Amino acid sequence: MQLTLWTYEGPPHIGAMRVATAMKGLHYVLHAPQGDTYADLLFTMIERRDHRPPVTYTTFRAQDLGRDTAELFKTACAQAHARFQPQAMIVGASCTAELIQDDPGGLAKALDLPIPVIPLELPAYQKKENWGASETFYRLVRALAAPVEKRPAGSRPLCNILGPTALGFRHRDDLIEIKRILSELGIDVNVVAPMGASPADLARLGAADFNVVMYPETARAAAEHLKRALKQPHTKEIPIGVGGTRAFVAEVAALAGVDPAPVLEGEGSRLPWYSRSVDSTYLTGKRVFVFGDATHALGLARVATKELGFKLVGLGTYTREFAREVRAEAEAHGIEATISDDYLDVEAAIRAAAPELVLGTQMERHVAKRLGLPCAVISAPVHVQDFPARHSPQMGFEGANVLFDTLVHPLMMGLEEHLLGMFREDPEFHDGVGPSHLGASPVVRPEAVERVPASSPPTPAPVSDSSGAIVLNWAPDAEKELRKIPFFVRGKARSNTEKFARERRLPLITLETLYDAKAHFGR
Amino acid sequence: MNAPLTTPLAPAPGCGAIDLHREDGQRAVFCGLTGIVWLHRKIRDAFFLVVGSRTCAHLIQSAAGVMIFAEPRFATAIIDERDLAGLADCNDELDRVAARLIERRPDIKLLFLVGSCPSEVIKLDLSRAAQRLTAKLGSVKVLNYSGSGIETTFTEGEDACLAALVPDLPREAPEAAPSLLVVGALADVVEDQFLRIFSAMGIADVRFLPARNAAAMPAVGRNTRYLLAQPFLTGTARALDERGAKRLAAPFPLGAEGTTGWLAAAAEAFAVPQATFEAATAAGRARAETALGPYREKLGGKRVFFFPDSQLEVPLSRFLAREVGAELVEVGTPYLHRAHLAAEIDLLPEGTRVTEGQSLDDQLDRCRAARPDLTVCGLGLANPLEAEGLATKWSIELLFTPVQGYDQAGDLAELFARPLGRRALLEV
Repeated sequence: MQLTLWTYEGPPHIGAMRVATAMKGLHYVLHAPQGDTYADLLFTMIERRDHRPPVTYTTFRAQDLGRDTAELFKTACAQAHARFQPQAMIVGASCTAELIQDDPGGLAKALDLPIPVIPLELPAYQKKENWGASETFYRLVRALAAPVEKRPAGSRPLCNILGPTALGFRHRDDLIEIKRILSELGIDVNVVAPMGASPADLARLGAADFNVVMYPETARAAAEHLKRALKQPHTKEIPIGVGGTRAFVAEVAALAGVDPAPVLEGEGSRLPWYSRSVDSTYLTGKRVFVFGDATHALGLARVATKELGFKLVGLGTYTREFAREVRAEAEAHGIEATISDDYLDVEAAIRAAAPELVLGTQMERHVAKRLGLPCAVISAPVHVQDFPARHSPQMGFEGANVLFDTLVHPLMMGLEEHLLGMFREDPEFHDGVGPSHLGASPVVRPEAVERVPASSPPTPAPVSDSSGAIVLNWAPDAEKELRKIPFFVRGKARSNTEKFARERRLPLITLETLYDAKAHFGR
Repeated sequence: MNAPLTTPLAPAPGCGAIDLHREDGQRAVFCGLTGIVWLHRKIRDAFFLVVGSRTCAHLIQSAAGVMIFAEPRFATAIIDERDLAGLADCNDELDRVAARLIERRPDIKLLFLVGSCPSEVIKLDLSRAAQRLTAKLGSVKVLNYSGSGIETTFTEGEDACLAALVPDLPREAPEAAPSLLVVGALADVVEDQFLRIFSAMGIADVRFLPARNAAAMPAVGRNTRYLLAQPFLTGTARALDERGAKRLAAPFPLGAEGTTGWLAAAAEAFAVPQATFEAATAAGRARAETALGPYREKLGGKRVFFFPDSQLEVPLSRFLAREVGAELVEVGTPYLHRAHLAAEIDLLPEGTRVTEGQSLDDQLDRCRAARPDLTVCGLGLANPLEAEGLATKWSIELLFTPVQGYDQAGDLAELFARPLGRRALLEV
């Protein structure tokens, strides 16, 4: 049993719904109790879909358990087929139906429907949403994609785009950018799936020369299958950021046998110039904590460090399936990855890393708000805010432009930061007033409170090391000096100094200790 | 027409014969776990621990948008494969989780173990767990109820929760003077308004279930007279009856007429003189009348279709039909409790189609065919119906918004009028 106050991912059948809802002509019959229908509102409210998800729930109740829930499933299945006339159906169980072991796959097969019926085994007590989406897409592709007659030699290159789903983080807009790049390279698109594809479209996946995998979380398993079964290679580069996009363009061009130069030498993104412009100097070495699904966490870690000059002080994901990749990336930055789906662990890791910017999910946005840190949302789980009316991709060159803005806006503008430092003693500009763009309520920082007259006795440090017997005390002059340090780095200065003193078992932090620590930890 | 009656319990001529249908197909309703969203805010030192699956956790956070809370007073103990395979003892695991929780939150005085579909199916005995944990945890009272979808529909979760509180309510002395108990979670502001009116009527000893904190739960006994403030409290009423309390039959306090009838039931039971009753309610009735006036034009003659949701549908329909002159196309409700709703059913226009239960796709067919002016439905249906050109009102807001009593009658009408007003405003 795991105590969960909040969860990054839903159960695996939600992943299956994300695939079914993205597609056309597919229907999902889900053996599930009354109440599981809440899932519809994720799509109709968060994503503002104008259609109900193509899902029929059996909505069994306690009284049905004593009778025949299997019959209920068969009836629901037959009625769904008659009413919606889908090209294909997927059938499966949610967590409760899994326990009553009715075998939806076998029951649906017994109905002998005149369409492909694909059973899904999504173990709800082991797996989660992204795995469910990946498994569902893989099962569909495995069942429906068949070898297709080769096109005549000399045809324009043709590819499939795999991965975008319903309720995906900016999938709608990313897809537009990927299609733009492919079109500029002279590559035609055969099928986009799951988003917008019908089962009949999946049947002709084999016509393409190769597959573009946008989101490994949802599409890698299907792409690996197509590689084995239909000899289609697939992309591995993720076009997030300028570097990621250029690598993606080169990879795609090589797979298609076309020249990447027209795209690589084209207009590209504004990010490189914006990042090199002198105004961006203040971004150098900003401490950033990145957390999200693996694709976005890895992509953003690279953008933040290589394209904006930030320092990565934390990296993590809730996608355990991709823990290896994330750990490797973290190691390259000399840090340890946070692999967890417990947001309290993530919050603790953020606190410990003392970042100046958090890039995360909606939950990290709340954590950052509590810690008084600027934050940008870069990954699912999605929120209604993650479906903006405007075009707002994360991928491709336009995506890189969006990321520059997304990562820089939450931070204080460089000049503003200098002004804050210069005027910090002014009455309307004192430390207790948080940056105006972080909301109206002032951020309460312990350092912001005027509390130490020069003659007062040393104040105890707020936290003493639980393991050590040392009680840290600040000498009044050191405390006073600390307050001269701009407040946005003061917290870090305090904790570094205390760490320095603790390691050396210094009972009193003096002015000298403060500057010794500064030299020790100096960037 | 449709002026609020001052003697509302007398059915209007020609009313009372509804056209009742029953359906048993796919339902689009929440399960009882959803009630946690408002119950945890009502009982401020209670914590709700769902013993369930990842689906349960996902449902509650989706329904509640819980990311806004730093530390919400509800959580899920997610059963995993180790528990199911018997590798871990579910009871030991539950004790461990509960102990960790209480350690983190020493402010919690009442812990509800909330059963879910999976915990019911694997027959995890939460009542024994609650007894065991009460003994173990010392200062925390541990109770249990089921909010599972296989047993409860949406608001029945509140019923199950309140029913679980009843056996532990303090015992009222047999010779105690009669007291009035208002049953069902209401917004604090509504409770306070009702307290003032009861006080003006001369009923001084008025209590509420649930109380705002665990230590203040009301005593009950043979001299307790109770008024249901919500129409979905079947189990709670039964449990109160077993404690010797007596239910006062009444309509529900939605709209001016319902509120007057509800208060009148108390007045009759406590022998409040007619003049005193008139004096205590006159100002409220007048304010409700003023507030409702403009809505008769906005909602009068509008055809309304209710999908089943909270069991509030019958009283809400009665309000719309009688106080603002709307027409009822179909009144869907998950269950129709004929005894508790007797006064309401009598007041519905003759021949009103009431559908108990649901067959979702068939009901959608009827709704599309009828093309009502306003469709009251759940969040899963609202946007798709709007996209088909039907104006909708999300039903869940009717539970999260204070709508009971005279001073909320106008607010209640506004909830129905707003979607229509907004459509009229937009030129895109």
